Amino acid sequence: MKTQAMTEQLELYGCIQCGKCTGGCPVARKTTLNIRSLIYYMLVEPELKVDAHEELWDCTSCFTCVERCPKDVRPAELIIALRGQLVEGGRIPETIGAALMGTFRQGNPAGMAREDRSAWTDSREVKAAQDGCDLLYYIGCTPSYDIRAQPITRALARAFTVAGLDFGTLGIEESCCGNEIRRMGEEGLFEMLVEENGEMIRAVGASRMVTVSPHCFNTFKNEYGLDGIDVLHYTQLVAALIEQGKLELANEVNKRVTYHDPCFLGKQNRVYDEPRAILQAIPGVELIEMDRNRERSLCCEGGGGRMWAEGTNLEERLAFQRVQEAADTGAEILAVACPFCLLTLEDAVKVRGLEEQLRVMDIMELVNLSLGEE
Amino acid sequence: MSKPAALIIGGGIAGIQAALDIADAGFKAYLVEREPSIGGRMAQLDKTFPTLDCSSCILTPKMVDVGRHSNIELMTYCEVVSVEKEEDIFRARVRQKPRYVDMDRCTGCGLCALACRRKDRILHEFDEGIAKRSSIYVPFPQAVPLKYTIDPEACLYLTRGKCGNTFLCKDACPADAIDFEQQETFVDLEVDAVIIATGFDLMDPTLKPEFGYGVYPEVMTGIQFERLSSASGPTMGKILVNGKEPKDVVFIKCVGSRDPHTGVPYCSRVCCMYTAKHAHLVRDRIPDANITVFYIDVRAFGKGYEEFYDRVKHERVRYRRGEPSEVYRRGDRLVVLAEDTMLGRPVEVEADLVVLATAVVPRGDTADVAELLGLERSPDGFFQEANVHLRPVDTVVEGIYLAGCNQSPKDIPDTVAQAKAAAASAMRVLARRRRQST
Repeated sequence: MKTQAMTEQLELYGCIQCGKCTGGCPVARKTTLNIRSLIYYMLVEPELKVDAHEELWDCTSCFTCVERCPKDVRPAELIIALRGQLVEGGRIPETIGAALMGTFRQGNPAGMAREDRSAWTDSREVKAAQDGCDLLYYIGCTPSYDIRAQPITRALARAFTVAGLDFGTLGIEESCCGNEIRRMGEEGLFEMLVEENGEMIRAVGASRMVTVSPHCFNTFKNEYGLDGIDVLHYTQLVAALIEQGKLELANEVNKRVTYHDPCFLGKQNRVYDEPRAILQAIPGVELIEMDRNRERSLCCEGGGGRMWAEGTNLEERLAFQRVQEAADTGAEILAVACPFCLLTLEDAVKVRGLEEQLRVMDIMELVNLSLGEE
Repeated sequence: MSKPAALIIGGGIAGIQAALDIADAGFKAYLVEREPSIGGRMAQLDKTFPTLDCSSCILTPKMVDVGRHSNIELMTYCEVVSVEKEEDIFRARVRQKPRYVDMDRCTGCGLCALACRRKDRILHEFDEGIAKRSSIYVPFPQAVPLKYTIDPEACLYLTRGKCGNTFLCKDACPADAIDFEQQETFVDLEVDAVIIATGFDLMDPTLKPEFGYGVYPEVMTGIQFERLSSASGPTMGKILVNGKEPKDVVFIKCVGSRDPHTGVPYCSRVCCMYTAKHAHLVRDRIPDANITVFYIDVRAFGKGYEEFYDRVKHERVRYRRGEPSEVYRRGDRLVVLAEDTMLGRPVEVEADLVVLATAVVPRGDTADVAELLGLERSPDGFFQEANVHLRPVDTVVEGIYLAGCNQSPKDIPDTVAQAKAAAASAMRVLARRRRQST
């Protein structure tokens, strides 16, 4: 691949090679991925053999590099662009290929049947957003299909009902938001999803939309251009509902809880306070912070397509380190606000044999407990 | 006809030097300082680069000269509240804040501070918060004037109307100098020239949350390190963190500087050299310490600077290229995470002390001062000089000149040079006035 066109397009020339990107990169410590060095290569060499860089698939698109770069270089965008080259040439890990194909055919990277997308409702009545509503509840793929994530989806629907919100979903017409698709380098498919979803969302006419996953929240908020629609992550909406007294958290949940900031909610969108406000509003919850919190939270390694690709170093998973940090605080519950974090961290708890000590739960599961029996 | 006079706003090394030059030339200088003492930032520093002179030892004689110069009227704990220009004359109104201490009576003995009920309870600004003081205080022992001041924000009587059954400070004062009835007063001045020497602030290090400032007591700023290593500081120059001598010390440069996100797109110009000096001081006080300096570039451009950098490197200071990305805790130590770009891989360096070279930024009230005097600011927020090449100390207002770090970050030699230039420019105006009046 010739380097110049991409170097110009991504404006890499401003790089001062300070190394703050690679220094903060959570996977650079365990694999050969070195984004600072790749940028240098792009700046000084006319050609790059992209195929030789298998470690490009290690990036979790946590965007720590982008957040910390003093010169607006956006290093992670280079990885996405280079992945794009690999996708174009079809030289991609099989599992990534399957995720892209599943999204193309069924509207979700797991390749589950489109007609099962509303299975999470468990036969509860949920209004169709297409008939008009104040709040569009966008579910997302993992919260729709994954049985471990579905309780979050239901808990949110329940909370919205309790709070008296007029909300609806897109049902089986909803497709993948494309956040991970773009980060896996499939720009074409991403653009298609933006067009289809965007059109559908605008047609609903809701002034607000809310997502379960910070990943969906990120792309709708920052990449879809949904002008006039207030895109919220559920923690923002739920924190507001509690504050306004529309959601009464009556039951005690007597637990020591620590909270893991998801990259796409915290670092990338600076939503730090609302998840903590919710936890603190639950009677009985004692919130303990891990040393690395907020801007210094450690990525769980589930983003950027990593849910569908193992990367070059599966042995030292960041999630292992993270659950140990959580356990070391003495917390009984590691609370998350992202379905990917939920799955990666829960798996890590099992692999590390911490089940007796630590349970991974989404904030909404705790809220649901506090709301009491349905 | 009165003597031609200049008003100098700010009593740091720039204002001091400008006042001395003007006064020595036979003109009148009013030196207005808002703090209780002159001295400014230079008084806070331990040593100066590249010669390692004791900063206060070379500054104090100048401060004393200012205090007793017959042509200088020193106005400390004062603020300029308005300036009107009428033809060639500036009419300035200066507010004298009440010290609640009679300047003529106070001998500076300090018995009041020892007696104060809030002794060792108030964050000491001069020591950058690493020490505590009383409500009645002098900023530092070499203060000029060496007169005590009651902090109206801290004093129990002034904030709550009551301080026990009796005033401990008043009872302790042998000179009967304490006067809670003191009110603010105003002084009107007529001057022919004005020199602005208001100095700089340092960037709030919490704007770089990845470094854990404010979270970890072992993370401090460069100016805090100056107080920690200063022989006149709270530890008498012993470098102690949590009561212990650190064995692994990491310096991080460019904290906020060269970074448009923090509003500091420019290089702060002094950090490379003061960090080299700090590394030297650690080596001097803790011979077996491991000292690491993380840098992006080393800018050692002044007279004797590269030589000083060479010297420090020979003192077993490890310079590693790379801007650290994060600081976090491991056990009872900190870990500095960076890429060593020369090695081309991430490294973790354990540390007992992390010193952040935070950016030099314009004073928080620069906009107010600009409005007060009709000055302009450059895009970086500092005062705008009339022409960066050819009129570096002039402003858009004839008769108002700039000196020191309020125009851009500067080290001491450059600050003194600019102060002398500002004084010379002001003296052109003063000399013209003298010719006209004779």
